[in-house]
Amino acid sequence: MTSPLEQKKIKITGPSVVTANRTWDGIVVYRTPEQGWSAKLADAAIVRTSDDARALLAESVADDVGAIGAYIAPVEVRDGGAIEPGNLREQIRSAGLTIGLPVQA
Amino acid sequence: MYAYDELDRTLINERVSEFRDQVKRRLSGELTEDEFKMLRLQNGVYLQLHAYMFRVAIPYGTLSSRQLRQLAHVARRYDRGYGHFTTRQNIQFNWIKLAELPDALADLAEVGIHAMQTSGNNTRNVTSDQWAGVAPGEIEDPRIWSEILRQYTTLHPEFSFLPRKFKFAITASAHDRAAIKIHDIGLRLHKNAQGETGFEVMVGGGLGRTPFIAKTIRTFVHGSDLLSYVEAIMRVYNQYGRRDNIYKARIKILVHELGIERFAQEVEEEWQQIRDGALKLDDSVVEEIRSRFTYPAYEKLAHMPDELRKAAHDPHFEAWRRNSVFPHKVTGYAIVTLSLKPVGGPPGDATADQMDALADLADKYSFGEIRVGHEQNLALPHVARRDLPALWKALDKIGLATPNVNLVSDIIACPGLDYCSLANARSIPIAQELTRRFSNHDTANLIGRLHINISGCINACGHHHVGHIGILGVEKNGEEFYQITIGGRADENAQLGSLVGPAVPYAEVADVIEDIVEAYLALRASPDELFVDSVKRLGVEPFRERVYATR
Amino acid sequence: MPLVKNGKISDDAFVHVVDDAPLPPDGAILISAARFLEDPEAISRRLGKTGVVWPNNRDVDDLVPYLDRLAAVALVFPTFRDGRAYSQARLLRERFLYHGELRATGQVLRDQFVFMLRAGFDAFEVRKQADAEVFAQTAKRYSVFYQPTGDGRVTALNRRMQLRHSESAGL
Ligand code: HEM
Ligand code: SF4
Repeated sequence: MTSPLEQKKIKITGPSVVTANRTWDGIVVYRTPEQGWSAKLADAAIVRTSDDARALLAESVADDVGAIGAYIAPVEVRDGGAIEPGNLREQIRSAGLTIGLPVQA
Repeated sequence: MYAYDELDRTLINERVSEFRDQVKRRLSGELTEDEFKMLRLQNGVYLQLHAYMFRVAIPYGTLSSRQLRQLAHVARRYDRGYGHFTTRQNIQFNWIKLAELPDALADLAEVGIHAMQTSGNNTRNVTSDQWAGVAPGEIEDPRIWSEILRQYTTLHPEFSFLPRKFKFAITASAHDRAAIKIHDIGLRLHKNAQGETGFEVMVGGGLGRTPFIAKTIRTFVHGSDLLSYVEAIMRVYNQYGRRDNIYKARIKILVHELGIERFAQEVEEEWQQIRDGALKLDDSVVEEIRSRFTYPAYEKLAHMPDELRKAAHDPHFEAWRRNSVFPHKVTGYAIVTLSLKPVGGPPGDATADQMDALADLADKYSFGEIRVGHEQNLALPHVARRDLPALWKALDKIGLATPNVNLVSDIIACPGLDYCSLANARSIPIAQELTRRFSNHDTANLIGRLHINISGCINACGHHHVGHIGILGVEKNGEEFYQITIGGRADENAQLGSLVGPAVPYAEVADVIEDIVEAYLALRASPDELFVDSVKRLGVEPFRERVYATR
Repeated sequence: MPLVKNGKISDDAFVHVVDDAPLPPDGAILISAARFLEDPEAISRRLGKTGVVWPNNRDVDDLVPYLDRLAAVALVFPTFRDGRAYSQARLLRERFLYHGELRATGQVLRDQFVFMLRAGFDAFEVRKQADAEVFAQTAKRYSVFYQPTGDGRVTALNRRMQLRHSESAGL
């Protein structure tokens, strides 16, 4: 699970999104095509070329009052268009812990 | 307990209002995240995978029932109803909102708790033996000195921007429960021939990517010189510690690169310049701090009260008592360790309800005092032995009477990939699976003392290097793999573990650990030979053969 | 970049002179350590005060022989997190008894003011105008100090001891 800190040169090999944590409360968010943030992966802007990824990231990083720690994350796009996280780290960020919370909400 | 006075309270409140202002500037955009990051880190606020994480200090692991209730309140009001006790006498909340943090801090400040310097490149919470002040045979209460150091290091005008984090630990017992040898500065309190209190000072311990056991820099520093000596070490480090590479910035690397003799000489030269200055601690100053630690008014009680004799017929009680109850320096009293490692649970977590219930039990049975240890367990430090049966029943009801202290399922684990943004692999589910595999108490007792430590990456927050069995999460082609070491230990004979074999995938970790334990049972010289001692006697090879022969 | 001196935004009496620029014949100058050490005698003969910008990775010991002829020493914070100059400042003030202007330069932000004051700085090249404007309030943010430094603020320990004495004297 390569840490986003090591994501120096941007080169994507498949469909990707930009994800970050919302500044005021820290929840996981995704950059939308409308230049906003959404808590739903389904709302995310999908990029498929490294140039687009760079542009989307630059725009996202600039909005650091909205969200922080933005980075590019791989996703898988299913046949019906559904978006799914591309690795375990992103799976955990989007779906939550793989363990039960000590206190169930 | 140490009682904060008006000055301590004022400082904490001033800190809260400073942080409130910083958060406000951040949320309005006046501060960028880059600028704010250092500021939030100095208040224990990290960004994790799902949310901000907030780390609160429990200096030298001592809590009052009132403070514990306030931690429960913060868990409930600002978080999701639980907290995670760490290996460094801190508690972490995993879901805190930045916008609400100043309020949470203000609530904690009401009971004299803060989050100053619980992360960032400054001096962290000064930790100590969780049995300080109650352990039999202790030379004196090390918390007096921890408190002196806590004050000295808090918002230090020279050392708040060190090359890297800086951790102190103190013990005053022959058996080191504070893991002082894996700290930047480890202090062992002892007396010289004249009967004066002083410290063996060790420096340069630490885990992470390049683990080192601390080396002794001076065998005796007089108590009155403690602060000047520490200042000399920190000044040398502040000026010469590496700042070009975060992985080489800890003092352990400076000590290693200069060699302990050169380093000691630099410190000595600096110390000679300042030892008779303003940092000299008069006895009266030490007494002033000492006088604000209050101790319970113990009664004269029998060592073997009737209540205990009667309860001895209950095998469940006896199993718990033998496992979790430890001798106290006062006859008729005991120290009770509360396992935060229930079968199938995440190590170190406690719910707000448990915290509240425990605070009540502490009021009833332990003079209102609770301790937090580095094994991610809690303790009640002053329980009358006649109360043990009643306490046990009450603890069992709230899930805090698992009799697995120091046994194979008493696992230390970092948050790992379930929470942590630096993780390679998950830690908690591995720990949970292991507690299930070893849930049989008789088997666990047969195995005896065995510490398993799990870290989700090389930063080693779970102290895997010094676990009797250490499990380290690594990544291989996007999959979770784990390296397993054996033979480490964190006590006075601190030692780094050695690798048993190639890394194994997630699904096989528990099997491998079971095989290692079986190998030990077959190989040990006698039932009294602990796992670590078998590894020491036999080396890694026989374990490797048995565990990896069929893999 | 505003300069804060004596607790408020002030005109800078010193001119920063870069290494290859000619030195003005008079007036107060701030020059690099390297330039100063090349020929300290010549520079000291100039009319006008001399200040030196001292890097944070060189021992201040090398500057000590010249302290009595310097009107200012500027110490450098290349980043917020690089705290070496705090040690240099304390050494200059407390060990080498330097009494001239001690200036903080570089990444100097509001949230360091108290630390810097305590370490002995008395002049600040503040990065942001807004921070410079709130200097006086920010400097008063803390009223309790745990460590003795050369700035003379009374430490919490000492205040407690005084309290004890007055209590035991029945005052
Ligand atoms: C959850 C967010 C956490 C983050 C981002 C984090 C990060 C780190 C990092 C980067 C290091 C290595 C520092 C170095 O060697 O310079 C470290 C070390 C350490 N962490 Fe954490 N940690 C986290 C949680 C925890 C927890 C939950 C615990 C306790 C259970 C913990 C205890 C420690 C300890 C004891 C070390 C010391 C190892 C040493 O001194 O070298 N950390 N942490
Ligand atoms: S060891 Fe690694 S994974 Fe575990 S908490 Fe520390 S940084 Fe995170």
